[in-house]
Amino acid sequence: MPSILVYAELSGGKVAATSLELMTKARELGDVYVVALGSGAKEAAASLGKHGAKVVHVNDDKAFDDYIAEPATDAIASLYEKEKPDLILFGFTPDSREVAGRLAARLGTGLISNANDVVSNSGGFVAKVPYFGGAKVASMKANGKPAIVLVRPKSFEVSESGGAAEVKQLDISVADSSKRAHITERVVEASEKVKLEEARVVISGGRGMGGPQNFPLLEDLASALGGAVGASRAVVDAGWVPYSMQVGQTGKSVRPGVYIAVGISGAMQHTVGMKTSKVIIAINKDAEAPIMKMADLGVVGDALKIVPALTAAVKAKKNG
Amino acid sequence: MPLFRRSDNGCSALKIVVTVKQVPDPNSTLTLEADNTISREKEVVLDPGDECGVEEGLQLKEAHGGEVVIVSMGPERAKDGLRKGLSMGADRGVLISDPQLAGADALLTARVLAAAIKAEEPDLVICATESYDGSTGMVPPMLAELLGFPQLTFAKKVEIDGSTVKVHRQTADGYQVVEASTPALITVTAAIAEPRYASLKGIMAARSKEIKQVSLGDLGVEKSEPAETIEGVVDAETRKAGEVIEDDGSAVERIVKVLAEAKVI
Repeated sequence: MPSILVYAELSGGKVAATSLELMTKARELGDVYVVALGSGAKEAAASLGKHGAKVVHVNDDKAFDDYIAEPATDAIASLYEKEKPDLILFGFTPDSREVAGRLAARLGTGLISNANDVVSNSGGFVAKVPYFGGAKVASMKANGKPAIVLVRPKSFEVSESGGAAEVKQLDISVADSSKRAHITERVVEASEKVKLEEARVVISGGRGMGGPQNFPLLEDLASALGGAVGASRAVVDAGWVPYSMQVGQTGKSVRPGVYIAVGISGAMQHTVGMKTSKVIIAINKDAEAPIMKMADLGVVGDALKIVPALTAAVKAKKNG
Repeated sequence: MPLFRRSDNGCSALKIVVTVKQVPDPNSTLTLEADNTISREKEVVLDPGDECGVEEGLQLKEAHGGEVVIVSMGPERAKDGLRKGLSMGADRGVLISDPQLAGADALLTARVLAAAIKAEEPDLVICATESYDGSTGMVPPMLAELLGFPQLTFAKKVEIDGSTVKVHRQTADGYQVVEASTPALITVTAAIAEPRYASLKGIMAARSKEIKQVSLGDLGVEKSEPAETIEGVVDAETRKAGEVIEDDGSAVERIVKVLAEAKVI
């Protein structure tokens, strides 16, 4: 059996959903070992065991919480030397990719990022990587030892397999020379009402919204539907809305029951983050926009008229 | 010569390296070649994210004194991207160009950039968080590791005070304040600064600015085995085409019907 090491990202002491998704795939591929670092690492082991970890290597030094990438890189590199896993899996998330990048450079191996699946193949691993807006999928055989693969969030369903992990203390003291990029303060600006990644309805706006002044129209519809508002990279880059709302390859991946794309043309950057939504509705002035070719219902028209009318209709139906 | 590295306010002047590359124009539609690679024959432009990096570099130089060097890896035509950065105001350019680098993966890219940047002995390296075409953001952390620098990432604001660099690091629900000593590598988001337009004077001045061209051999870097071998490419499962309707006043009714069928209302 190949040995698979999963890097469990902890957030607020809990295992991130993306890491649990990785567990579903990892236990298909081989024996699963997990490394969990920082506050809550020991407590996280129970949940990781339920999701298929044989062993969880833990170290709850606060340095892992407070310094970017370097302490975690040291810990995983030292664990790699001892355990020599065949494959190291990371979520393709902002925090994990920073650790994975440093680790790959330190070990002198390459990595494959942005995968949405991994399969075993004659003793090695092949990652499936969407590109060209998700229209194509490349099968990439990992040449590195270890193979390092970063998998997009929402690629697998979280599921428990039962069981309990053996918890092993990872003996490493974080060197001062790795305590450099120091997180001295955490500022919460906007607490989302409904989390974008967890919403059953997502309404996203793009350039076709005309300007930031029209985004409240989407907020109104979202609150009528109990959903969340997202955005395309174009309008985030233009400063209309914060980065936290970005859906797409570089933003969040979402998989809601219904995705409503308003004034979004459907650039590949965007669609790769929402194309697995169960139902897609697009509202756009341009009948030829790429989003129309993937929507279950495409409406050609003026979003600024349709959205408020839709909000009113949804409210009427709920109250009626 | 300490004088050379000092600005008027007494703070150390900064040597800043900004990494840049060219990407297919984000406003154009990409096409695929017969072999399933993305066509590189398209109009290419300086990566818009890199323009923000150059702008931030220039603003730091204007505040603290120093020099902005832009470094790129790419074919001969990548000089156009460097020239754009020089016309914005960067002082000089370095182009790493070598036929062996065609199709270089992230680690090889990071290795050659690291070799070229080490020679510059910068205080600060600025990268875009990720490129517009690849959008994987893997090169900056690799580069930081190979340079032996701390990485301060997703910066939407940067402050330098003496040898301390402080950034506001974008997070899902706000930001973190992150501090480190220089030398350091930072990655910047598009929110960091609005790139300036090159003035006519800047464009004229850029023509005579130096672009040093180096090869793998010059850098003493050997080509490494790529991280992956592409075994095949298939069409992704596509969603079946739905219905497209013109809004003749009945669209809202149709949307409500779809929402009801999906059981969200």
